[in-house]
Amino acid sequence: MLELRNVTAGYGHFTALWDVSLRVDTGEAVAVVGPNGAGKTTLMRVISGLVPVRGGTLAFDGESLVRRKAHEVVARGIAHVPEGRRLFPRLTVVDNLKMGAFLPAARRVYAESVERVFALFPVLAARRDQRAGSLSGGEQQMLAIGRALMSRPKLILLDEPSLGLAPVMVFRVFDLIRRVREEGYTILVVEQNVRQVLKLVDRAYLLEVGRIKMEGRAETLSEQDFVRKAYVGL
Amino acid sequence: MIEPIFLAEAAVNGLLLGGVLALLALGLNLIFGVIDIVWIAYVDLVMICMYAVYFLVMVYGWPVWLAGLLSLGLGVLLGIGVHLLIISPILTSPPINQLLATGGLLFFLQSAATFLWSTDHKSVRLTLPIIEIAGMFLSFARLIAFGLSILAVVGLYLFLTRTYMGTAIRAVSQDREAMALMGASPQRVYLVTSAVGGAMAGLAAALLSIQYSVHPFFGAAFGPITFMVCVLGGLGNMLGAFVASFIMSEIISIGGVVISTEMGYVIAFLVFIVMMFARPGGLLAKRE
Repeated sequence: MLELRNVTAGYGHFTALWDVSLRVDTGEAVAVVGPNGAGKTTLMRVISGLVPVRGGTLAFDGESLVRRKAHEVVARGIAHVPEGRRLFPRLTVVDNLKMGAFLPAARRVYAESVERVFALFPVLAARRDQRAGSLSGGEQQMLAIGRALMSRPKLILLDEPSLGLAPVMVFRVFDLIRRVREEGYTILVVEQNVRQVLKLVDRAYLLEVGRIKMEGRAETLSEQDFVRKAYVGL
Repeated sequence: MIEPIFLAEAAVNGLLLGGVLALLALGLNLIFGVIDIVWIAYVDLVMICMYAVYFLVMVYGWPVWLAGLLSLGLGVLLGIGVHLLIISPILTSPPINQLLATGGLLFFLQSAATFLWSTDHKSVRLTLPIIEIAGMFLSFARLIAFGLSILAVVGLYLFLTRTYMGTAIRAVSQDREAMALMGASPQRVYLVTSAVGGAMAGLAAALLSIQYSVHPFFGAAFGPITFMVCVLGGLGNMLGAFVASFIMSEIISIGGVVISTEMGYVIAFLVFIVMMFARPGGLLAKRE
């Protein structure tokens, strides 16, 4: 479904990703883990078109996404839940969801999409007319995920969904992602919380200083290997 | 001592002036809030549209309402043109360059108007009645201008809150990158915003044409007060700009009657300076 081959990308004179190759198949949940500054967020931004690809190939459903702008990438079925959630704080919950369905194809099924998101996250229905900025951290994460679902994506990119949440909420967010998975969505998730995320996904990649250092099936990759590699460097 | 009836008349006139002022302030503030660039030449676009109304009515004999509609259309075209030709290439430039570019447009329009049409004051001669309501004498032209302004403001409000594009315009002002991730092309949102801002300028031009004569320095006369209203309301804050329009127009109108017309403006600017110290973020800004 999504395939990156030898992707290089960066900002200005700085190269954040070197020769990154990665693949996500339909129906899979895949994680990218690694320490701070490894290039995880850049990887997500490259896939969704916010950061241009400098070298290598990036394809989705057989079509190249190289040089595609962010708004064109969404139209092809990739929804990006960015780091820090990036809600529209002064819009209501409902208006945030409406913006998730901005594309014409998504607008046509807006009513049904809203029902589905509210069924998945009932608390959002109760808060529908509140400003997004007034929600708690966990509710904001639900809204960010719900907003992404509104575009009816084939693939969801989740960037650090548990970042900045209270420990109790971290568990709930992983539970949310599990529920989204059960709905049949394909997921690519970036996380620092290695132990939790490995329980959730089928496969995982370890990214370190801009390069893929390890990859494999989640159950065969022991958490210790990853943690040692990623954080202790042994 | 001034008779209460004159004060009442001034207050009503202030209210009527506030309507058109609100139109201008909202147009300018919308563009600033979304694109993050102040169109210094905004009221000079109004001046160009006013000349269009003048020539259509006085030279070509068009009815005023039709010339007004064309002015609105011209405003849309000017808004789109300014965005594509001037704003778009300098979107990521330092703010000082953006200021210089739109300021350059101001001088260009002023000089071009002086060159083409001379500095004569030109007015659309309309014989609209003065009506007497409860002892106050009010200009019918002002009443029409106020009514249409309020209709346009309501229309703008409905557009920004009820439609996908309008909501997207508000969303972009809060987080442009996130809105790109929703599938909205920033360039398209900017274009629609500029067109709407231009439409407000074109409509304001039509409504000002029936009250004031036009000259190349019309922008210099009406521009400062428009910017002041935007800043007083909080740059980018639509509700604030709306409220500030009426506060400023009332001060000018009542101050003008109580002391003198010039002093009305002096007091308005004085209030503005004091308010900038008291509430630098604008009238409705929340204290951090």
